[in-house]
Amino acid sequence: MFVSTKTKDATRFTKETYLYWYELMLLLRRFEEKAGQLYGMQKIRGFCHLYIGQEAIAAGCMTATRPEDPFITAYRDHGLAIAKGISAKSCMAELFGKATGCSKGKGGSMHFFGHKERFFGGHGIVGGQIGPGAGLAFAEQYKGTDNVSLTFFGDGAARQGVIHETFNLAMLWKLPVVFICENNYYAMGTSVERTSNVIDIYKLADGYEMPGDSVDGMSPEAVHESVARAVKRAREGGGPTLLEIKTYRYKGHSMSDPAKYRTKEEVEEYKERDPIDYTLGKLQNEFQVSEEEIEKINERVKHEVEEAVQFAEESPFPDASELLKDIYVQKDYPFIMD
Amino acid sequence: MASRVIQFREALREAMVEEMRRDDRVFLMGEEVAEYNGAYKVSQGMLEEFGSKRVIDTPISELGFSGIAVGAAQNGLRPIVEYMTWNFAVLSLDQILNTASKLLAMSGGQVGCPIVFRGPNGSAGQLGAQHSTAFENLYANIPGLKVISVSNPYDAKGLLKSAIRDDDPVVFMESEVMYGEKGEVPEGEYLIPIGKADVKRPGTDITLVSFNKMMKVALGAAEELAKEGISAEVIDLRTIRPLDWMTVLESVKKTNRLVIVEEQWPFGSISSELAYRIQKEAFDYLDAPVRRITSADAPMHYAPTLVAAYLPDIARTVNLVKESMYLNK
Ligand SMILES: Cc1ncc(C[n+]2csc(CCOP(=O)(O)OP(=O)(O)O)c2C)c(N)n1
Ligand SMILES: [Mg+2]
Repeated sequence: MFVSTKTKDATRFTKETYLYWYELMLLLRRFEEKAGQLYGMQKIRGFCHLYIGQEAIAAGCMTATRPEDPFITAYRDHGLAIAKGISAKSCMAELFGKATGCSKGKGGSMHFFGHKERFFGGHGIVGGQIGPGAGLAFAEQYKGTDNVSLTFFGDGAARQGVIHETFNLAMLWKLPVVFICENNYYAMGTSVERTSNVIDIYKLADGYEMPGDSVDGMSPEAVHESVARAVKRAREGGGPTLLEIKTYRYKGHSMSDPAKYRTKEEVEEYKERDPIDYTLGKLQNEFQVSEEEIEKINERVKHEVEEAVQFAEESPFPDASELLKDIYVQKDYPFIMD
Repeated sequence: MASRVIQFREALREAMVEEMRRDDRVFLMGEEVAEYNGAYKVSQGMLEEFGSKRVIDTPISELGFSGIAVGAAQNGLRPIVEYMTWNFAVLSLDQILNTASKLLAMSGGQVGCPIVFRGPNGSAGQLGAQHSTAFENLYANIPGLKVISVSNPYDAKGLLKSAIRDDDPVVFMESEVMYGEKGEVPEGEYLIPIGKADVKRPGTDITLVSFNKMMKVALGAAEELAKEGISAEVIDLRTIRPLDWMTVLESVKKTNRLVIVEEQWPFGSISSELAYRIQKEAFDYLDAPVRRITSADAPMHYAPTLVAAYLPDIARTVNLVKESMYLNK
């Protein structure tokens, strides 16, 4: 079921909205650039997947939802976690594996969590969060709230079998969930075309008579509009929606991927449609926001990232005694100690 | 036989390439194995030699492609399924456990399943809880499967060739952190039989048993102990199921002491199984309880301090050996 998300009148978003989008997207971008650098310096270890290029999705989703709406995503989780309100400080500390991190240094890059912020992770098994994402919605329905779960996954994850069972159940039970496929065209080195006969991922919804929509993920307006529509339907009891949001990751899959499977030209093509540049242009040209005002935001963001790095640097690693903590809620669980 | 020094990943590749040249029923399937040349470059160049009919890229659909491979094995082919890591093979466990391992039994011997499931296993640095599980004991618990877990290029090549030729389903475990390691491998063809442990270092005072990358800890500990005049015999199990406890038994009859080093979680681990067997078969030979070092009874956390606390290491192994020789305090 295709519903066009072309914004008919893109100017109807307020200046404040664009300012919010700009600052948020810039923060995500600068945070990730810094994380990339620090990975090179081995301050950050393990797998690390950057969100650079995909920021408009976080921006549009934030303005289209309420703070109580739970989010869940895969391992490319830094952007959405920060957008959801987990502080850059505790996110950076998590990347460093420090005790002050958003998962106490136990999760690392792939497993950011923020219970208070309604951010339910950070999941490392491709597709593993799709079922639980519908489960978050099940709980909201059960508790009688009108909160809506935003369940994110990649184009690669769309080829896991779990998606079909989850879509079927979510439709059967009209769960308040918006399934968001962040289609950045590649799953590691595999392009979408090489994974299926069905290239338009939103069409997977058709098999379950679920509303599906293809969205321009380089446009925060388009993301906002389509997510707002899907969220509204879910809040009113209309059940799930699948949104395929077309985006692009500027960097390799993870820090160890040289991304030889795509051309420089392709990357440049997307960078020309960069959502941050676009939003900045909008602010300057349509809302006459001054150079100084922009500079103030840029400084604020720069400071926030610097502060985050300093905080992470100065924080302690978790003590070895944390090894057997947070495994069970039960305090005196009898572990095998030999 | 003349030999040369090659990487672990090259040894695995040679095994697959040689077997695919030898038998056109053998093919390789998995994520990023063809065009990307393997997530860890094990299958580098194989697409070029064998083409996309026999070196097959799959989408991220572990359950689906494992099912297809199991079906192909039932119907006359001999698939090699590569998992990017064994953590992701959990999605295919249904096909491995409920189908592949049971086909022969359910069909009264009519339909077998000659297939190799292979990939890196266990932790590989600070990868966090979902990318760090060591699965040998889980698969070794399943009748109908054979389980191999290798520690060096020579064993890897010889055992992978045997696994591909084996008529039963084989689970074959490697390690991300070992792919770049080098070792001597003969020029010519050789096979290593499944189900045979290998004494990697002879000794007289204590038997140390391990497998996969924990062999480094066992051998490192033996080195340390030698400096203090303690002679440890180090055995690499190489095959987990069937478990070659006879080789361990022979060693224990000589040393009278046994310490096992493994990356498994402790409950129902390889050391649990081996300790049972050795206390039963060698009760009168033992001068001390069988001891072990496993990973902690917990998921592996990300922080470097917690990774260090989680994994077996040389210092703790040395200490445990001394305890089992009543040398501490
Ligand atoms: C079940 C499973 N299989 C394989 C992997 C290895 N892996 C990690 S990310 C990834 C690609 C996923 O691509 P996509 O879903 O498009 O998300 P993106 O990385 O583009 O955000 C793969 C194959 C995994 N983590 N889990
Ligand atoms: Mg992708």
